[in-house]
Amino acid sequence: MFHFKVVTDWIDEFLRTNLNEGWTLLIEFILIGVAILTVYAVLALLLIWLERKVCAFFQCRLGPTRVGPWGLLQSVADMIKILLKEIIHLNHVDPRLFRLASFLVIIASLCTFGAIPFDKGLHAVDFNIGVFYLLAVSSLGVVGILLAGWSSNSKYTMIGAMRSGAQLISYELSCGLSLLTIVMLSGTMQLSQIVELQADGWFIFKGGIPAIIAFVIYLIAGHAETNRGPFDLPEAESELTAGYHTEYSGIQFGFFYLAEYLNMFIIAAIAATMFLGGWMPLHTPWEGVNTIMDYIPPVIWFFGKTFFCVFLALWVRWAFPRLRIDQLLKLEWKILMPIGLVNILLMALWVLIFN
Amino acid sequence: MRDIREFFLGIWHLLQGMYVVMLNFIRPKVTEQYPENRGKVFPAERMRGELVMPHNEANQHKCTACGICEINCPNGTIQVISKKEVDGATGKEKKVLDRYLYDVGSCTFCSVCTISCPQDAIEWSRNFEHAMFTRAKLVQRLNKEGSSLAKKEKVEKES
Repeated sequence: MFHFKVVTDWIDEFLRTNLNEGWTLLIEFILIGVAILTVYAVLALLLIWLERKVCAFFQCRLGPTRVGPWGLLQSVADMIKILLKEIIHLNHVDPRLFRLASFLVIIASLCTFGAIPFDKGLHAVDFNIGVFYLLAVSSLGVVGILLAGWSSNSKYTMIGAMRSGAQLISYELSCGLSLLTIVMLSGTMQLSQIVELQADGWFIFKGGIPAIIAFVIYLIAGHAETNRGPFDLPEAESELTAGYHTEYSGIQFGFFYLAEYLNMFIIAAIAATMFLGGWMPLHTPWEGVNTIMDYIPPVIWFFGKTFFCVFLALWVRWAFPRLRIDQLLKLEWKILMPIGLVNILLMALWVLIFN
Repeated sequence: MRDIREFFLGIWHLLQGMYVVMLNFIRPKVTEQYPENRGKVFPAERMRGELVMPHNEANQHKCTACGICEINCPNGTIQVISKKEVDGATGKEKKVLDRYLYDVGSCTFCSVCTISCPQDAIEWSRNFEHAMFTRAKLVQRLNKEGSSLAKKEKVEKES
């Protein structure tokens, strides 16, 4: 099994033999920052292309086909367009908060992105309270969204931001509860450890019924947190034009757009890490199958699982009817959260009986 | 109890929706890639692309320049310009078609002209690429240079 740890360790050793401690750390920080930003941007472009293509296929269309093979360069062209666009300065906005909001949203999503374990050694932030870190940092985005809606000084953005705040804070609970169910099963909050523990079977198989319930709840709640699909009330196109980012233009709008797509990826990646084993290959009781599975590099396993979850999100987006805001909150507070709480008890019983 | 039943029924219906959407996903796409498929004739037989006046091999058309199409056209799209010509056999003056002008720019493709034509001299073609750089080019002359009226007896024998 090839791990990226070999590469990262070699870079670390090379720097340490040639430079002193401080310089090594500085260069490594810069390298990690550049790598994360690059992967972030490339993934965003890929996701935008993927969404347009998959949505088109769901609607019996072909999607972008003109720029590059299968329209692959379409999102690159769109990015160049959005970078060249003028940033319109509005008169009645609160200028400081207006500018700050888009940065807050993207910083929250970048911080979360850094904590995702792509592979052994391809893991920028690995705290021993990794799950708490993920939950804490990913909910920072709500502040950015609320600020964006408030500072724009428009009724559409205001309503969008208030809906968004209500939705994100509510669904944060279900997200946290379902992740805690897995934390109970694994006994650790460190993401690298959680992945290691799934070497002999992913948690969705090991955890039995409570883990499956937690997985479904996490998918629903996570989907609601990305403001997409049947839960797209914060930016309801038909009612609020674009919700909280109506007044933004140019690269500031681009930040919101980028963060939205990356949040979808992050939710899918966390689902893959916590429930589907992260970069761990599928291990079965049969040795022969295990060796074949080990030949596939872990990075491919990780991206395969993540894009499976992303595809689920896109599928659901076009299949399900939209909810009203009261139905949305009812779904969370009266259905998902009680099920999540009972599910934690179930998981406690499961751990007591089988471990 | 009823609530629980409705809960699972709702989930079942959502799954049905996902199944239908998935069917669409794997269905072959019908989108036509336009400039690449120029050779392919895909509009339907009844498509009203533009007005044409069919000519036979001897450069003869069936238009007698009666002007019924011009009168019937609601938009003034058609202009039938006729001239007087002396028939060689009888020595009488006769009205023949000089120029048949058709302006695609003001045509609404209502097809009143082809319906009202007593000689079936004009019909629709399936060409839909009308884009031009100037509006003057949209006005076309439908009868060809030096064309003449087809002999009527010949038409009757054929039919």
